[in-house]
Amino acid sequence: MSTHPSPTALPRTVGKGRRRSRPRVAAAGSRRAPLAAYAFILPGFLVYSLIMLYPAVQTLLLSFRDWTIAPGVNSPWVGLDNYIRAFHDPVFIDSMVNATAYTAFTVPLQIVIGLALAVLLDAKLPGRVGFRVLFYLPVVTSWVVVSLLFQFIFSSQDGLANHVVVDLLGVAPENISWFQGRWTAMLAISILGVWKGIGWAMLIFLAALTAVPQELKEAAALDGAGAAKRFRYVSLPAIRSALAVVFILLFIGGFNVFISVLLMTGGGPGNATQVPLTYMYQQAFKFLDFGYGSAISFSLTALVLMLSALQYWWTRRRMAR
Amino acid sequence: MNNIRARRVSYALRYVLLALAAFVMVYPFLFMLSTSFKSRSLSLGDPTNLIPTEPTLDNYTQVLGTEHFGRYFLNSAAVALVSTALIVLLASMMAYAFARLDFPGKRIFFTLIIVGLTIPTMMLIIPQFLLARDLHLLNSLPGLVPFYVGTALAFNTFLLAGFFEQIPHELDEAMAIDGAGPWRRYWSLALPLSKPAIGTCIIFAFLGTWDEFAWALTVLNDVDNRTLPIAIALFQGQHSTSWGLVFAASIIAIVPVLIVYIIFQRNFVAGLTTGAVKS
Repeated sequence: MSTHPSPTALPRTVGKGRRRSRPRVAAAGSRRAPLAAYAFILPGFLVYSLIMLYPAVQTLLLSFRDWTIAPGVNSPWVGLDNYIRAFHDPVFIDSMVNATAYTAFTVPLQIVIGLALAVLLDAKLPGRVGFRVLFYLPVVTSWVVVSLLFQFIFSSQDGLANHVVVDLLGVAPENISWFQGRWTAMLAISILGVWKGIGWAMLIFLAALTAVPQELKEAAALDGAGAAKRFRYVSLPAIRSALAVVFILLFIGGFNVFISVLLMTGGGPGNATQVPLTYMYQQAFKFLDFGYGSAISFSLTALVLMLSALQYWWTRRRMAR
Repeated sequence: MNNIRARRVSYALRYVLLALAAFVMVYPFLFMLSTSFKSRSLSLGDPTNLIPTEPTLDNYTQVLGTEHFGRYFLNSAAVALVSTALIVLLASMMAYAFARLDFPGKRIFFTLIIVGLTIPTMMLIIPQFLLARDLHLLNSLPGLVPFYVGTALAFNTFLLAGFFEQIPHELDEAMAIDGAGPWRRYWSLALPLSKPAIGTCIIFAFLGTWDEFAWALTVLNDVDNRTLPIAIALFQGQHSTSWGLVFAASIIAIVPVLIVYIIFQRNFVAGLTTGAVKS
């Protein structure tokens, strides 16, 4: 199968002085027919543009309008009014606080437990695949099902959570009405978030750990490094980039918590457990205030993306050193 | 000797910790399964009693019979299958062009796909709703499909482009010399050689649409049009104390997912890690 494409097959590429590691007949053939390439790209790209790119621009434009739902009626431009309103709206501020608390609780726990499980599984253990499958079960189960399940587990009367807290551990003197208070409700929602996400973090870490050459660990062991030292000096540096990725994706996911809050508390009691997305959803699809809803959406996304870009830049800089 | 004993202790400790974690991860599922076989009066009994004293199938017969969950199951299955087929086809075509063809504007197209990876779908729900209204796609099951396809394309294209790039260029070149055009090289070279990656895409696309909740909740009104996730959520709203019924419906919804997952769990690992490690 030795094919030696003649250099004359690529005169135009060479003429343009483009750097190529080696001539490629396939690429040259397609240059004669870029139409074929567009036939590959365009069907998918048109759907993608219509459903993702166009609405992304529209979110921003809508957020500058005072939206009136009636068709044919003009929605006036109001500039930054919706944003000013958001940052003076105590419910929106509280929703950001709730999402921050949720993220601050769930992200470190998912990373620490996920990493611990990955380290435990990173050995030639019989039954290793079985454990991996079990840990990942909550991840593949729909948010709707697990949210309802945890609502039942944390139900006030004879729920499983109260059974554990009151009867088994004796931490609380009597049954707790989890969903009646802001922070107990947020705790229940956060525990679901950790339980559902551990398996995902575990799997990414496990893949990164498996990629660490076995000889490296063995060499360190021969040099007398204990398990803790081997982890600190051999495994941890190797999974640093996986750690950064997991952190950023969990961080974004934490601020975008939605279904569990919607189904477990609906943002209540009152507005005590609103998070930005449930509040946006309420403003948009209950009060039909699409302009304000879009401003909330856009503020959240912009804030979260900015913070993750900052984290990314920071980890990059640290790793470069 | 000492070494072997230390190793045994370390293994035992590993197993104890892993078993503890597995118990915490799996117990809620067993709890749900057990509740779905309990009659209404018994479902609020001792939560640690996993074996129902008088197991009953009443919840399942009621959910599938009078509550029309059979219909919702078929709704979800139809939407998920059609969407998955389209997602895999369109994403693999785009991925092939990005990995193997040269054309003006390639960089811009690819950058715009990457942009899509960073946009949380929920941010778009308001303009998407207005778009669906203008296209007369509200309250219709087929109307869900373009939205499910559009939101899944970026991730799957990115995933597949990575795999296609690993196919040796020599194979492509050999086929091109034999006169095969890009369509033939895509269909009879790239796709068959990427079966595991395609499998991964099928699983992610299927699960994503099968479980999708927020968009279906927003655009579907008719009871007959409901997909499983919204049927279950709204069902719980109406029967807030009949947990046995709610969980029987939930079990029906997660069984196909679990079957797919357990059969293809290797593909999960491959897909997730390429996705995460590359992004």
